Amino acid sequence: MAEPTQTPATEASPDPVPKRRRRMKDLRKQPGFDTIAWICLFFLYAPIAVLIVFSFNDNRSVVKWTEFSLRWYRAAFDNDGIREATIVSLQVAGVAAVFATTFATMAALATTRVRAFKGQTLAYAVINQPLMVPEIVTAVATLALFGLIKQATGVTGIGYLMMAHTVFCIPFAYMPIRARLEDMNLTLEQAAADLYATPFQVFRRVTMPLMAPGIVAGAMLAFVVSLDDVIITLLVAGPGETTLPVYILGQIRRGITPEINAVSTVLLGLSVVLVSIFFLIGNKKRA
Amino acid sequence: MADISSSQTGSPTDARLADARRQLDGAARRRRWQLLSPAIVLIGIFGIFPLTITLLYSFLSPGTYGGVTWEFSTDAYVQFLFDRDIFDDTLQFSSTYLSIYGRSIGLAFGATVGALLIGFPTAYFIASKPPEQRNFWLFLITLPFWVNLLIRTYAILLIIRDEGFINIGLMWTGITDAPIGMLYTDYAVFAGLIYSYLPFMVLPLYASLEKLDFKLVEAAYDLYASRFQVLRHIIVPMAKPGIVAGCILVFIPGLGAYITPELLGGGKELMIGNLIALQFAGSRNWPFGSAAALILMVVVMVSLIVYVRYSGKEAQGHG
Repeated sequence: MAEPTQTPATEASPDPVPKRRRRMKDLRKQPGFDTIAWICLFFLYAPIAVLIVFSFNDNRSVVKWTEFSLRWYRAAFDNDGIREATIVSLQVAGVAAVFATTFATMAALATTRVRAFKGQTLAYAVINQPLMVPEIVTAVATLALFGLIKQATGVTGIGYLMMAHTVFCIPFAYMPIRARLEDMNLTLEQAAADLYATPFQVFRRVTMPLMAPGIVAGAMLAFVVSLDDVIITLLVAGPGETTLPVYILGQIRRGITPEINAVSTVLLGLSVVLVSIFFLIGNKKRA
Repeated sequence: MADISSSQTGSPTDARLADARRQLDGAARRRRWQLLSPAIVLIGIFGIFPLTITLLYSFLSPGTYGGVTWEFSTDAYVQFLFDRDIFDDTLQFSSTYLSIYGRSIGLAFGATVGALLIGFPTAYFIASKPPEQRNFWLFLITLPFWVNLLIRTYAILLIIRDEGFINIGLMWTGITDAPIGMLYTDYAVFAGLIYSYLPFMVLPLYASLEKLDFKLVEAAYDLYASRFQVLRHIIVPMAKPGIVAGCILVFIPGLGAYITPELLGGGKELMIGNLIALQFAGSRNWPFGSAAALILMVVVMVSLIVYVRYSGKEAQGHG
């Protein structure tokens, strides 16, 4: 390991500022850490990159590159199974995101910027419960409950799946909304109230616009989380309620085709776009 | 101030004020619970209540075509540890299911350690970047996490299978003549678990390391500490809450993993998640599946309690 410190005296530099910065940077370094970090990034992105590259391959092979082509995207687009699964996925994710975000917004308004209240810890625990329980346990437990309800009422349909998704999306929508609200102080709302705004006007004209970025971010997270779910959907979904990830899982079990790469790339692209927007909103908040 | 207000208690204005405050407080409380109720009721009915159904089901007998018959039985738990002889009905100890739990805990623990070894330097690397660059790096690390777990696992599968890139590369360079069977082994599941949950490790670690005061590091160097001593006695202790949180966040989902062992273990190398799903979908033994799910919950709860203990102590230490 190199010498840990460079005494400023030995380094004759006319400008003291860059010297100091160089010295600080050096102090922060730990041997090998940078290399591991780069390997980590490579490890995270390389498999995904391979998957994307070979979705554009003209060949049937998912390893040997021949020529660029959108052939597999066309094949995926013409595939009825994929199209139906996409529609189901978007419907479920849309409904789940809208309801989860609404309920999460209400819950966030009730739990932030208030004095500690009785049952606060309990409320937090309940809202975060879907995150605490392993997904597979939630899946089978929900399956059992829905089985009982279906037996008792005879009602079937996609509503069950939407309900299950709404529930596990709530904590994801809640997090960014709560964070946003906690960053807002009450002065603007108090000012509006001092100027004789009614509570509704205050909410409509001050609170809502200020917390809107948090709500959008929450809705987007909820949408992505619902879109990505496999385990709960796999067990809870009835016939004809196959979502895109569940469809992809079935295809992978049957055999690997570049078509799976193409669908995966589209789904991946959608998630990446939504999450990038989420991050941009988050960063703007701090600026 | 105190005696003035106490001397005035009993005056009509004061009583009315107190009354108004009580009413306001009551209204605020009602409004708060009204706002909270949709989320709480929904999660209560569809998140918490089903767990009690699972508990109930684990003490019933399996139905012929799935579901349960309403007959009390502890068979599900007995079956977990013993094999019932079909002829003379005697019980014999069997480690089949215990070994699945053992392997799952081992794999999840191994993946946690692996993720820590990769994640700690990465989090430190980000935290030592200039503040304006950190968000970008954090974004790079978290982005794969938002890519569907299934797709990421599929991507790993593409690379490590017999015709995958690693084997082609190995054969091309002449290190091996025949492909190494990496897919459908515990190693594949292990690597898949690290890959899946690595961002869960990096984020809490970063949150701890970001607050690290580098003046302490500087001071240690001034006192002739070596780089390793600085790491061992300054950086790691400061990052401890992050380490504990990261380990929990990797260990718990790793323990209940379904997709990773399903695709990379080929369904042969079972983990708890597959065992549970199989009882509900394939073998149609709901009570046993419920019992297996509850036992998983208990393991998770124990880990969480350990976590709360640790983090509680940390918080006290800092306060």
